[in-house]
Amino acid sequence: MNQIPLEHILFVSTALFFIGVYGFFTRKNMIMMLMSVELILNSVNINFITFNKYLFPDKLNGVFFSIFIIVIAAAEAAVAIAIIINLYRSHNSIDVDDTNEMKY
Amino acid sequence: MLEGKVISLIILLPLISFLILGFFGRRYFKTFSGIVGTTSIFASTLLSLITAYQYFFVVGQVNGVYQKIIALKYTWLQFTPNISIDLGIILDPISVMMIVVVTFISLMVHVYSLGYMKGEDRFSVYYSFLSLFTFSMLGLVLACNIFQIYIFWELVGVSSFLLIGFYYDKPSAVAASKKAFIVTRFADLGFLIGILILSFNAETLDFETLIQRLTSPESTYLKGIVASSFLGFSALSWGLVLVFMGGAGKSAMFPLHIWLPDAMEGPTPVSALIHAATMVVAGVYLVARLFPIYALSCPGALHVVAYVGIFSSLFAAIIACTQTDIKRVLAYSTMSQIGFMMFALGVSSYGGENGLGYMASMFHLFTHAMFKALLFLGAGAVIHYVHSNDMKDMGGLRKFMPITHLTFLIACLAIAGIPPFAGFFSKEEILSAAFQSNPVIFYLAIATAGITAFYMFRLYFSIFWNKEAHLHGEHHGEGSTTMMLPLIILGVCSIVAGFVPFGKFVSSDGAELHTEMHLTFSIAPVLIALGGIFLAMSFYKNANEKANNISVVLKGIYTSAYHKFYFDEIYLFITKKLIFNLIGRPAAWFDRNIVDGFINLLATLTQEISDTIKGMQSGRVQNYAIYFFFGIIGFVILFIFLLK
Amino acid sequence: MSIPSVIFYMISAMILICGYLSVTTRKIFRAAIYLLFCLIGIAALFFFLENDFIAAVQIVVYVGGIVVLIIFSIFLTHKSGEEMPMASLKKEVAALAAVVSGFILVFYLIHTNTFIMDSNEKVAPTVNNIGTQMLSTDKFGYVLPFEVVSMLLLAAMIGAIVIAIKVKPKQ
Repeated sequence: MNQIPLEHILFVSTALFFIGVYGFFTRKNMIMMLMSVELILNSVNINFITFNKYLFPDKLNGVFFSIFIIVIAAAEAAVAIAIIINLYRSHNSIDVDDTNEMKY
Repeated sequence: MLEGKVISLIILLPLISFLILGFFGRRYFKTFSGIVGTTSIFASTLLSLITAYQYFFVVGQVNGVYQKIIALKYTWLQFTPNISIDLGIILDPISVMMIVVVTFISLMVHVYSLGYMKGEDRFSVYYSFLSLFTFSMLGLVLACNIFQIYIFWELVGVSSFLLIGFYYDKPSAVAASKKAFIVTRFADLGFLIGILILSFNAETLDFETLIQRLTSPESTYLKGIVASSFLGFSALSWGLVLVFMGGAGKSAMFPLHIWLPDAMEGPTPVSALIHAATMVVAGVYLVARLFPIYALSCPGALHVVAYVGIFSSLFAAIIACTQTDIKRVLAYSTMSQIGFMMFALGVSSYGGENGLGYMASMFHLFTHAMFKALLFLGAGAVIHYVHSNDMKDMGGLRKFMPITHLTFLIACLAIAGIPPFAGFFSKEEILSAAFQSNPVIFYLAIATAGITAFYMFRLYFSIFWNKEAHLHGEHHGEGSTTMMLPLIILGVCSIVAGFVPFGKFVSSDGAELHTEMHLTFSIAPVLIALGGIFLAMSFYKNANEKANNISVVLKGIYTSAYHKFYFDEIYLFITKKLIFNLIGRPAAWFDRNIVDGFINLLATLTQEISDTIKGMQSGRVQNYAIYFFFGIIGFVILFIFLLK
Repeated sequence: MSIPSVIFYMISAMILICGYLSVTTRKIFRAAIYLLFCLIGIAALFFFLENDFIAAVQIVVYVGGIVVLIIFSIFLTHKSGEEMPMASLKKEVAALAAVVSGFILVFYLIHTNTFIMDSNEKVAPTVNNIGTQMLSTDKFGYVLPFEVVSMLLLAAMIGAIVIAIKVKPKQ
């Protein structure tokens, strides 16, 4: 089991993180952006679990952090989707570029 | 019982009246403004008469010498432990004499204005300005330190400015008020520098200390100020001459006289009060105030005073002969008489018999205030009657205005120096002081006295005799009682003021100065004055061509004198052509192109930059996220790789 | 290559491919499905790393909760079969540059960093251990964050309701 090098797992999480960042930058749809954020959070989770397992097997801190992240991600998703639906109601669109009233 | 608080009331009453009239006059008092102003000044006059009585006859004298009494002193601004600006009241013979003169003339003018300014639209404003002026003038004469005098000096200038420009819808009045303000302000610059020089070296602003430190020969301050020199003259000379420059500006001495004739644009009573009797003698008063320093420590500066005085006196007298505007004639005669006071101070020295000039100067100030105010008020009555300032529109008025005629004649005799009128006594003392010290000045002065008699009677005859009056329209009376009463009072004063034993009260060192009339000495000046009068009589008593013939013969001199020796033009040339073109224009160019250009460049640059980068503020969240991300990468590189 | 490593690389490939497809596909419903598979892959990775509890939570919360929520919101806000617009080329390039440079930077850091493996006695991440420590008030107890996060959840729940609630049109 331990023969998987740490770096390989970190590569996966880093790659996933930047895939999420890329999606966040390029997709105009707010739900897509929310999904990208979920990917980012998940890549962080992978990191926490991995470090916990490889570097500090005698503690459970990484596990707790990933639990909290999952909780927060859930809360964030709920609020974000509420906002998106509300926005759709008022603007009839969930394109970020259409919601730039706050610019002025 | 010289209570400081009571004396400060003399100053404060006009101030209160100014505030009341200034704030509430237009709305609440309207026609009563005059009464309010006059009442306050009347109270002030009574108080100052009581003060004068107390000072001169009860408490002022110690061992036959009049003391300087600091009746009130309040430290206002403490600069260093040594130097502070105080506000206080000094009582000495000249300040007490001045408060009497100022309040008295002011009262006369207030009363006179009740009639003269009646129906004026800004009646209450006028009275508030008069009160302001009286307040500042009283503050000036009672000032116990040189900075306080400066403060009130400027206040006096401001109220003069306001009153000259009282008819502010008349362009000439506006121009005159600006001119007066700018010229005197320019002179005050010299005054301020003089104050700074003197107080810096003497480390005090207080008059008494200043005089004491700069006159006692063993004082280190005096040695210091004499030792430090600039351009070959000691700092003391510079300081005193600069202070005199301020005085010359206010007193319209040559070459800073140009504002005074134009100042006649103001209402005539104002001219009587400010530009004849009180404010313009502030310069004389200032020199007299610092007289011990001038006389004991720096006679050179005193010579400057003397020569400027005599020159202005002669110069103004010549111009006065050619003017046809009666107020301007009076303005030049004022300038001439102030020149008399100035050179009287200039030829005087400190203490004892040699202080005759000082006492004569103050005496002349006193009498001159009476008869010059009378002349102006009389001229005001004439103008009120004829509705013109020009001599050519007048003539034969003696039948229509008997009181004015009589009082005007008294005043003319007084100024010409005919015994027993007031001017005779003071002028004789000035002449004898000049005779004792400087023959050149004496002969010039005596010539000036002759010219004075000539132009005053030219004025008199032109107004009241000459051709028969061709009065247009309605014949209202000579003027209301309020206008005639001051004329009569001042007329009486002009007769009796000369009999005041002035030397007993005012002298350079406070001790009694015995003056006696040398009859033989008086013959020459009186004869010359009479000569002037007869000359004027022959020219102007009846309409004839003699005067014109003379002016044709003396064409060059006449024209140049008529144009006031082109001084206005010279000043205009210097200011407009030289200063504006050589300094103003380049400065304006510099300001517009370099200074403004620099600021504009900054503005343009900012605008350009913002134009270029405003696309970044697109309101698109994702773009912001990208910038943010690049920023983080930048920070990571910075902190992990570069600042390792 | 041993079997576990083969399994690991397969899981990794699934995660990355599904993640990539999820952010690049032009049909939003497909994106959600790819996201679902990506998250399942991550859960599998947690299983692989012997964190059964986290894996279970991952499946319950993400797969069962968040993705379903997302799909619902897609249904609420999109017509079916709609294709999403492509991003502009400029933005694509900028995003790629940012992502690639960031990736290189981070991976360079990971690569140069040496991780010190700890060989202490292992604590198994069992539900028992996790639950005990999470609710303990001892030195390494997490009861305070637990409470705080529960408050956060409550607040988020209320907030979500308040935001999304339909305002009755005023009469």
